[in-house]
Amino acid sequence: MTLRATVVAIQNLTASKSMHRYSVMATINVNGKVLELKDVPDSTPLLWVLRDHLGLTGTKYGCGVSECGACTVHVDGEAIQSCITEVGDIGEANVVTIEGLSEDGSHPVQKAWAEHNVPQCGYCQVGQMMTAAALLKENNDPSDEEIEEGMWNICRCGTYPRIREAVKAAAKEMKK
Amino acid sequence: MSNSLRELIDQSRKATEIIADESNQSTPNFSRRNFLAGVSTGSLVLMGKVASGRNSSESNLALANPSKVSAASFAPDLFVSIDSDGTVNALVHRSEMGTGIRTSLPRVLADELEVDWERVKIHQAKGDKKLGDQNTDGSNSIRFFFKTMRIAGATARTMLEKAAAIKWSVDAATCYAENHQIKHMGSNKSIDFGELVETAKSLDVPTPDSLKLKPRSKWKFIGKDAPITDMKEILTGKAVFGIDARMENQLFAVIARPPVVGGTVKSFDATQAKTIPGVVEVIELPRFKGAPMFQQLGGVAVCANSTWAAWQGRDALEIEWEAGENETYNSKEFAKELKATVNKPGVAMRSEGDAKSVIKNARKVISADYSVPHLSHAPMEPTCAVADVKTDAVGRVTSCHVLAATQNPQAVQQAVGPAMGVPNDDVLVNVTLLGSGFGRKSKPDYCVEAALLSRQLKRPVHVTWTREDDIKHDYYHAISAIHCEASVDDTGKPTAWLQRVAYPSIGSTFALGSDTPASWEAEMGHTDLPYSVPNLQLEVGKAKSHVRTGWLRAVCHIQQNFAVASFADELAVAAGRDQLEFLLDLLGKDRKIDLKAAKLANRGASPIEHPYDIERLKNVLRRVANNSNWVDRKSLPKGQGMGIACCRSFLGYTGHVIQVDVKKDGKLDISKVWCSIDSGTIVSPDRVHSQVEGAAIMGTSQARYGEITFKNGRAVQSNYDDYKVARMSDSPKEIFVDVVESSAAPAGVGETGIGSFAPALCNAIYAAIGKRFRDLPLKNHDLSWS
Ligand code: FES
Ligand code: FES
Repeated sequence: MTLRATVVAIQNLTASKSMHRYSVMATINVNGKVLELKDVPDSTPLLWVLRDHLGLTGTKYGCGVSECGACTVHVDGEAIQSCITEVGDIGEANVVTIEGLSEDGSHPVQKAWAEHNVPQCGYCQVGQMMTAAALLKENNDPSDEEIEEGMWNICRCGTYPRIREAVKAAAKEMKK
Repeated sequence: MSNSLRELIDQSRKATEIIADESNQSTPNFSRRNFLAGVSTGSLVLMGKVASGRNSSESNLALANPSKVSAASFAPDLFVSIDSDGTVNALVHRSEMGTGIRTSLPRVLADELEVDWERVKIHQAKGDKKLGDQNTDGSNSIRFFFKTMRIAGATARTMLEKAAAIKWSVDAATCYAENHQIKHMGSNKSIDFGELVETAKSLDVPTPDSLKLKPRSKWKFIGKDAPITDMKEILTGKAVFGIDARMENQLFAVIARPPVVGGTVKSFDATQAKTIPGVVEVIELPRFKGAPMFQQLGGVAVCANSTWAAWQGRDALEIEWEAGENETYNSKEFAKELKATVNKPGVAMRSEGDAKSVIKNARKVISADYSVPHLSHAPMEPTCAVADVKTDAVGRVTSCHVLAATQNPQAVQQAVGPAMGVPNDDVLVNVTLLGSGFGRKSKPDYCVEAALLSRQLKRPVHVTWTREDDIKHDYYHAISAIHCEASVDDTGKPTAWLQRVAYPSIGSTFALGSDTPASWEAEMGHTDLPYSVPNLQLEVGKAKSHVRTGWLRAVCHIQQNFAVASFADELAVAAGRDQLEFLLDLLGKDRKIDLKAAKLANRGASPIEHPYDIERLKNVLRRVANNSNWVDRKSLPKGQGMGIACCRSFLGYTGHVIQVDVKKDGKLDISKVWCSIDSGTIVSPDRVHSQVEGAAIMGTSQARYGEITFKNGRAVQSNYDDYKVARMSDSPKEIFVDVVESSAAPAGVGETGIGSFAPALCNAIYAAIGKRFRDLPLKNHDLSWS
């Protein structure tokens, strides 16, 4: 399943659920830690749970409808859009956010991003890197077309040429 | 943004203050938090846009964060102080939204001060008019403050040199700074900056004209790259943007705003909204009055303990709206009206010779109409702010703090002050990083909303605009029509040029009744026509605004350069000539355009520092043609083609060549983009490259997809699914940026790269498939061919 297809599948899944499910999840696994959730309805998008309830504001909001990719996180290693993923669907799965991608910015993707001076405003870049990290885990030698398809996130500043180069550089690093 | 726009905003601000004073009968008993204690303003020179804060003693860091002031530091200038451990504190008063300004301005200061860059700490300034212009738009930051930063650095350096001379009992002229130390000529004495702080503090601050600035040949940082200041925070998710700003005990608010601008709430029912877990309060905001300016739009706010709860609460509100008079607005019909307007005589803004009669009597006249629809800024991070307003027992405001993603903290003060009934200077505004801005975040309506809610709830309130809010309630780029008409001689050379534009003016946002493009708007690509044609007639036509009209990156260059550079291409084609050759001829002799005669304000820049230099424009055109192998384009197969365009924009010069590949079914690939840019002296070359790359991608979004339409006064589009922007897959495959090395005064960069992009793209498409597109965006057209 391509990343985009995953997104759509999750979107369909969440769309089919009622908006107000108030059974309350007690814990969530984020970045290797079990964190307590207080009074968070299951139907809350993971994005807002991370940002507003857990204080992990590295994950960004850009559209809320799975169009921009700013909110991308990993769930059991797969990139998903946290803005359309209900926290109740996470269950025991492991969520990794930018805060957990590496301890100090040393993930090959982060390093490549720094080397290529990718960020302009930087707002979309967390989502871009989370998408790239998942893409490269699945395919450490992506073609130009695969990068174009895989790196679908929006960057309003227009950093795509740098992202393209950084993904290639990170791929090289990860193959080593 | 032009200087005239600055004046306009200033006037309207004064007007708001009067309204606010009248509506605020209670005299506010504002306990002024004197964050600037210790600032000697005696010798402060405030000359409009250029601040030079002298002799400020401990004020430097007070302008960033009052709690961090160290009395031990040496602060010869508002923009720099040095701690006793040698740490150099650089104050950045412009906002970071992706240009790299939090790196570039301190680098200029640091170069002049001869520091070890590793020992520089960057601080973000609060809003304070002592710092001069803080409105981070108009591609002005380097242009306005290059010299200010050099003076700040040189002041500190000169004083450190003097301090060392005193310490060593030598002549100050024999002391010089190098890499964070003062050294002595002729001996091997050297001393770290930190050790000189105590002595330097007691010295008189030298006057700017007594300073010796480093010669260009000795520059170490200016013109050299460094990673951006916030790189690590951005890459690890720790960077704080407006949406991440937090104040203790804050609530999160999402607001239902009137769907039609100027509309009001007739009635609302919050029963359902209040059943959403986490919702704390539902509040109606004050109504919108008069011209939009930066006031709140009104509506109903839901405040909750998380963004999502507030959002759900907002969606559960039942509101009956009074739409107001703008409900009659339909942009498709309005576009037709604009076309009709530009085909009738208008008001002449620049006129040379007698274009009208030459055209009337000409044997051959070519004409074309162009148009660009409304556009939305859609910055990646929507507008967000948190405010903490404290009141006394009778509800009078006693303090007001705003933390926001804003391009202009002083505009926040000017908008929030009157709304809270306190002097503007008493509004403390701190600035986060901006998840891009493009002009939207110069307009602080969202900060006013946060302050109004905080005052009522007596606790901090964070307002987040959803993407739908952002796209449906923007200060939109104006919808426009442009008519171009030229008479040509037997060789196809224009003998007279008539051009007419019509679009709602940004002035309408500040003054009701403003219904004609202002001269500073016309000057962005229309009245500053660079072509050498003996007879010119450049006119504007009336257009009323029915929405909030605002400035978006590149502003009127978007539509006006699109028309002007497309039309030049059409004339070249009609003449059967090579477009580059034709353009160079059209630009005429190397010369500096007489700004006075042409009635051009030149963005307030002096004609000496920033002449309108046709030679530079031709130079970028030749360079980009050369880089792209323009002459070889004839060998491209049908479906592929190259287009060329140039412009002067924000005092910088660009030339674009674009190569496209249009498939038979109409699928468009932008294969290659070349841009040559001359913006004078460059501080951070890589950031110029990145902004020009970014401009090509924003230009792609605008040209391919950009379109906001209105039906019954309501914006039809709402998110990135129906207001499409370019992704990697539909962006240019390769972008080659060529930055001209120049010692001319620094000009704009951020917006400069937009103007010649769209016309070069459409010219390329014409070359590839023979179809001319005059009405953007391209998504509305059939690009197929056989
Ligand atoms: S915020 Fe989730 S994809 Fe845009
Ligand atoms: S870097 Fe600004 S949106 Fe991507």
